[in-house]
Amino acid sequence: MGLARVRLAAAAVLFLIVLTLTFAAVTLAPGDPLAPTDPRIPPEQAERLRALYGLDQPLPAQYLRWLGAVALSWDWGQSYQTGRPAADLLLESLPPTLLLAGSALLAQYVLGIGLGLLAARRPNSWLDLGVRAASLLVYALPTFWVGLMAVLVLGVGLGLAPTGGMTSAAAFELGPLATVLDVLAHLWLPALVLGLSMAGDIARYTRTSLIEFQSTEAGRAARARGLSDTRILLVHGLSHAGPRLVQMAAVSAPLLLSGAIVAEAVFSWPGMGSTTLQAIQARDVPVVLAATAYGAVLVIAASLAADLLLARLDPRIVAE
Amino acid sequence: MARSARAGAWVLAGLALLAAAAPLLAPYDPAQQLDAAESSRRPPLSSLLVVRTLAGEPRLAEDVHVDGDDLVLERRSGVERLPLSVVTNFDERGIAERRRAWLGTDALGRDLLSRLLHGARVSLTIGLLAAALALTAGTVIGSIAATCGRFVDQVLMRTVDGLLCFPHLALVLLLAALYQPGTWLLVVLIGGTGWMGLARLVRAEILRLRQEPFALAAAASGRSPAGVLVRHLLPNATTPLLIDASLRVGGSILVEAALSFLGLGVQPPQASWGSMIADGQGHLTTAWWMATFPGLMVAAAVIGSSLLADGLSDRLAGIRTTANRGARRRSPWAIRTWLGQT
Repeated sequence: MGLARVRLAAAAVLFLIVLTLTFAAVTLAPGDPLAPTDPRIPPEQAERLRALYGLDQPLPAQYLRWLGAVALSWDWGQSYQTGRPAADLLLESLPPTLLLAGSALLAQYVLGIGLGLLAARRPNSWLDLGVRAASLLVYALPTFWVGLMAVLVLGVGLGLAPTGGMTSAAAFELGPLATVLDVLAHLWLPALVLGLSMAGDIARYTRTSLIEFQSTEAGRAARARGLSDTRILLVHGLSHAGPRLVQMAAVSAPLLLSGAIVAEAVFSWPGMGSTTLQAIQARDVPVVLAATAYGAVLVIAASLAADLLLARLDPRIVAE
Repeated sequence: MARSARAGAWVLAGLALLAAAAPLLAPYDPAQQLDAAESSRRPPLSSLLVVRTLAGEPRLAEDVHVDGDDLVLERRSGVERLPLSVVTNFDERGIAERRRAWLGTDALGRDLLSRLLHGARVSLTIGLLAAALALTAGTVIGSIAATCGRFVDQVLMRTVDGLLCFPHLALVLLLAALYQPGTWLLVVLIGGTGWMGLARLVRAEILRLRQEPFALAAAASGRSPAGVLVRHLLPNATTPLLIDASLRVGGSILVEAALSFLGLGVQPPQASWGSMIADGQGHLTTAWWMATFPGLMVAAAVIGSSLLADGLSDRLAGIRTTANRGARRRSPWAIRTWLGQT
């Protein structure tokens, strides 16, 4: 597949640009991440530490050494805080984030397409107006605030969901099935909250696109053939809206990751967002660099996947 | 619906007015912690009596009555007696002065309404200025990319692609942690990381408009390329730019709120809506109002900017229809998605 190869090469170049920008931002910032926090630490000790992490070398040398280690052995260096390899730290926090963001993606499509369909059935009905108002509202509400309110009302008030974390305190005693259920019980609320803000966009787009479809020739032909409303919208309309909906998934990847940082902070979810936030606050340079790069990989991968899927859905794109 | 543009503009103008007049409208000093032990976490619409004495800070009480020579203060922690001789504002009708918390008080006894109004200044300033900065930077960079040749175009657009790979919030967070910004640097950070989509939009609009007869005519009649750009191309791209800028006001307010919520934005004692929500997080079960009201303010501002953008884009669709350039309606949502970011 020619397209895949071209896109993959472009993605690799893009990744290099991202790595360089991040490295520059982090290393050129004022202040010294390894500055001794305690005045009793002797200066020679601090110097030794700097030499150990290679910070005594000029910046271009640091950059090449870092890039070489990453490129050759996916070695992101050691965390300044814990001394563990940064790649290990991220590998541990990646699955929870993928689980959360994936579920949020699912939630946003199920909700968005469902509500969009409902609204498109009767344009300008009360239901339609309600969906449009709601989609405006969920975009405007800050994710972390919705999260807090959900914790307050659904978690604390009604007791429908745990208020934070990914597992119960006694999770290690549970069997495999009970563990899955336990995680699901912790997952649904953060995933719903995270998916909500984009669900509005998707509902709006689905609605507009379906209404538009009904006045195209294909839409009128479907009606002339005597197909039911439901079938026209569900089968023909959605395949009309499909390519753009796929594209929106790629667009929502960076939004979901941004959202995951705050959602994880609200729900104390042990994922990449929490790891990144901690590393950023402690100025743990290797972990910050690795976390940003992992985030970028996810974003690039999502957009690559969307591109390729789009090419399958709409062969005209390959020709361009 | 020009109605929605007008409604959005009214909402934003109203909020801006509230922010500008905050010192006049706020019932109390937003930083004042009067008798914090008694006034902390009082619910909305509650009020406390203010008992002034000859010396020291006034005391607050839920209720008072006279017992012999003493005034008995009924306080959260129990009753407290003060000799009537030291109380300065007691007369036959009792104590007339009340401190009323319309929207409740926070954990330090500060008046939430006053803090919200003063916080509006910070949040709206950052939102508007960051959007203005992004608009300027995006226009300049987009114009340069479109007019300064293939090489410059490639370099700029690949940088844009690279920057768009960062989750926006992560990028701002990273820079905020590294540079520990005050309010003004926050504007620079949020605006300086929000121009990429606009640059793409400007570039695309210029490339499109350059082929139009009026632009070709201007170039043929001897206008310099810069002249064509400034006098003919950019003015015709105003509406899509305004749509994006207006959405970006809301987006910037959301980013600032998230940043302050995570503790990397506006620093105390200054309050912004985001940092007020963060303050409320720890008291969610005992003082729901602390986090609730600032969130509603953020929502109001963002809804205002979205409605404005929505209305503007209908106007744009109208212009395109009358000019018979294809009437396809571009909702700001579609544009936002197309730009690949908020």
